Amino acid sequence: MLPYPPHPLKVISISINGASTTFDKPLSVAELIEHMQLGNKRIALECNGEIVPRGQFAQHMLADGDRLEVVVAVGGG
Amino acid sequence: MTQDQLIIAGKAYSSRLLVGTGKYKDFAQTQAAIETSGAEIITIAIRRSNIGQNPNEPNLLDILPPSKYTLLPNTAGCYSADDAVRTLRLARELLDGHSLVKLEVLGDPQSLYPNVVETLAAAKTLVKDGFQVMVYTSDDPIMAKQLEDIGCVAIMPLASLIGSGMGILNPWNLQLVMERVQMPVIVDAGVGTASDAAIAMELGCHGVLMNTAIAAAQNPVLMASAMKKGVEAGRDAYLAGRMPKKLYSATPSSPTSGMIAPKSA
Repeated sequence: MLPYPPHPLKVISISINGASTTFDKPLSVAELIEHMQLGNKRIALECNGEIVPRGQFAQHMLADGDRLEVVVAVGGG
Repeated sequence: MTQDQLIIAGKAYSSRLLVGTGKYKDFAQTQAAIETSGAEIITIAIRRSNIGQNPNEPNLLDILPPSKYTLLPNTAGCYSADDAVRTLRLARELLDGHSLVKLEVLGDPQSLYPNVVETLAAAKTLVKDGFQVMVYTSDDPIMAKQLEDIGCVAIMPLASLIGSGMGILNPWNLQLVMERVQMPVIVDAGVGTASDAAIAMELGCHGVLMNTAIAAAQNPVLMASAMKKGVEAGRDAYLAGRMPKKLYSATPSSPTSGMIAPKSA
């Protein structure tokens, strides 16, 4: 038995570009992008090493422990 | 007269100069230099988005739209086949299914020399996955042939180390590579100034890719213009066919007859 009461909210923790972020409820990739104000940016996204196509952002639900990479185009040679 | 065009993966380009978009002072300078270079194929890098920063910050693709340029996403900074493949899959998603890419898998951060074992492994995976792979590699003719055999669309040997500006250090190997493969050979890395670009083209290379030589010049926009001319001059010289070199024997350019009489003694 736990020495303390369980946390009242189900918290999920997601790593986004190497930084861990917690959310108090499950959310979709689309909601995450909205939350991070990336909606008007041209991005691509990988979840646990696999591409999440833009067309699946609304359906793809994020799970506790997911590792996301969010990338953009930058200058390079 | 048929136009002299560079054909890569079935698509024709008028410019044989390919340029990178890194290391410029700002987007305005990037745009001006690239416009001046006349390049149609431009490389870009794929990096993590700056989360939490200004959401309205301008994006590279706003100033260099895919409608105007053929964007060539690269795998600069990747040291394994796996990272390179993941990076290009992200690039394809970012660019709405665009499949022409520049593969480079590096060996170490000091030399940025290609790791050809990882490069070959990544190229195999990418070709199988439907990518059109332009591949940065060493100036090794055997490796070039292997990369061609597995289905790469262009081979891009280094002329000297990336960002070094050392110029064309081994023209013999570049010629060996060109003799060995059918696909376009594009010198990628090492060019420092316009004469280097001209030398590469005079050797018969199909194109030259550069970034630092333009971006790190005192006046990048003027250097972009010089590089455009250097590539064009070198290509024309190659097509024109240079005169043979005559060692230790001069030939006068003016008529040898009809000289006025020497002053008699």
